[in-house]
Amino acid sequence: MKITNDTIEHIAKLSRLKLSESQKDTLTSEMGNIINYVDKLNELDTKGVEPKSQVIPLQNVFREDVVAESLDKDELLSNSACYDDGALKVPKVV
Amino acid sequence: MELNVFTAHELSGMLKKKEISAVEISEIFLNRIEKIDDKVQSFITVCKMEALNKAAEVQKKIDGDANLAELAGIPGAIKDNMCTKGILTTCASKILHNFVPPYNATVVDKLNSNDVVLLGKLNMDEFAMGGSTETSYFKKTRNPWNLDCVPGGSSGGSAASVAANETVFALGSDTGGSIRQPSSFCGVVGLKPTYGSVSRYGLVAFASSLDQIGPITKDVTDCAIVMNAISGHDHMDSTSSDRAYPDYKDGLINDIKGMKIGIPKEYIAEGINDEVKKSILDSIKTFEMLGATCEEFALPITEYAIPAYYIISSAEASSNLARYDGIKYGFRADKFDDLLDLYMKTRSEGFGTEVKRRIMLGTFALSSGYYDAYYKKALQVRGLIKKGFDEAFSKYDFVIGPTAPTTAYKFGEKLSNPLEMYLGDIYTASVNIAGLPAMSIPCGFDSKNLPIGLQLIGKQFDEKTLIRAAYTFEQNTEFHKKKAQI
Repeated sequence: MKITNDTIEHIAKLSRLKLSESQKDTLTSEMGNIINYVDKLNELDTKGVEPKSQVIPLQNVFREDVVAESLDKDELLSNSACYDDGALKVPKVV
Repeated sequence: MELNVFTAHELSGMLKKKEISAVEISEIFLNRIEKIDDKVQSFITVCKMEALNKAAEVQKKIDGDANLAELAGIPGAIKDNMCTKGILTTCASKILHNFVPPYNATVVDKLNSNDVVLLGKLNMDEFAMGGSTETSYFKKTRNPWNLDCVPGGSSGGSAASVAANETVFALGSDTGGSIRQPSSFCGVVGLKPTYGSVSRYGLVAFASSLDQIGPITKDVTDCAIVMNAISGHDHMDSTSSDRAYPDYKDGLINDIKGMKIGIPKEYIAEGINDEVKKSILDSIKTFEMLGATCEEFALPITEYAIPAYYIISSAEASSNLARYDGIKYGFRADKFDDLLDLYMKTRSEGFGTEVKRRIMLGTFALSSGYYDAYYKKALQVRGLIKKGFDEAFSKYDFVIGPTAPTTAYKFGEKLSNPLEMYLGDIYTASVNIAGLPAMSIPCGFDSKNLPIGLQLIGKQFDEKTLIRAAYTFEQNTEFHKKKAQI
């Protein structure tokens, strides 16, 4: 798989990252090398092998939905760069 | 001998006999940090007042002859990706440079209830992405054995602080080798427990299916003691395993007669430094002399572990790190036009180069058109890696090999070539992919007097066998007695 400048621009957009022209160039070559290396996986025949997202014997872990004490709202808000009147402040969306 | 070289079990005995107070112990370590941390640079935050207050509180309990935990009054420090209520938790990133968590990670609560005195928060690669601690936004931690060398990573601050006797023990986290490799580089004992045996609640997520917290200590006995304190089921972590956890100290048996040990051929083949290889072969002889049977076996899947690891871990990271948007907590860019611009600028200014590279790689692997070819393929290979180890464990009690292909290297040596840095995880990453427990213990020194680590890999939830083998090795060798001169 060849990584082009266009691929990098598209992926950066999906990643919500703004890249300078020189960063784009560096990443095009670095990601190209990395992807070229991971393409090695294609040497393996994985037909019929089940994809494993986790490897310990656990399935559907649930707990009772009970009301319990939660974190303090003001304390949580105090970590935001911008908040007012019990709410987070963001630029106008609509 | 200075008291800061003592282990937890030694200091605990002195506290019980009232030969020393918890406050005196904490002062010794805080003074040590003050004296040498401008050289080692292990700590991002030192919690001096909190530590002294906690030590005084614990001493009162000791004076009242309360029945206390073995770690009561013992100073410990933790990697800065574990949340500490009211104490800065940065993940060594600009994007979290001002984050003060409103809650404790479960491991922090557990250390507190064991009356551990928390000395502070330790440096690491940004978001635990790296193998040298050079990607930290704040500082470069140095290897106590040679200040021109990296301590390894990503838990470089954790391993260096233990090796430099700035703390008795530390907690690190390991996604692809981040506890074991720095432990190897710094000549200390590091354990990556079985996935699910130590709660990840409050651990800043990197790759959720691979991340695991574990101890870094001066000897194997302390490793078992810290595991007793931090392991166990936690309903706050849905991947935490609900089972009976052993007393890990039961593994402290100086005997491995009759045990069968496997050595993956690929772990001592090309790519390994000659001095490291010699030291591993010597360790195999030591195990044989102690009555174990050692045998080489083929684990051909080894060469596919790194590509699978970088796809899986980066994919999970790109998803986990989507939460850093400048809105809820952490850094927010100063100037922006609209909401999208706020996201873009915050993330571009807040994340470092390596983190951006991994987010990009992960986003690529998960993006439309490439998902099957990369992410799904890597998950299939994960199944094959697990199978390879399952087969090995049907024949062997545990597996040994090197922790890393080299000893500690100089600053800047690998930073400019990401792929070369990634290849340093060759012997460690497959362990996380298969969810296995693995330990690194000191097993020698190279000609530059830099430590070499021996890796022991076990069956899922069989840490006790690893501790037993590591303890036997330690009791019959002298490597752990040699200390960094700093």
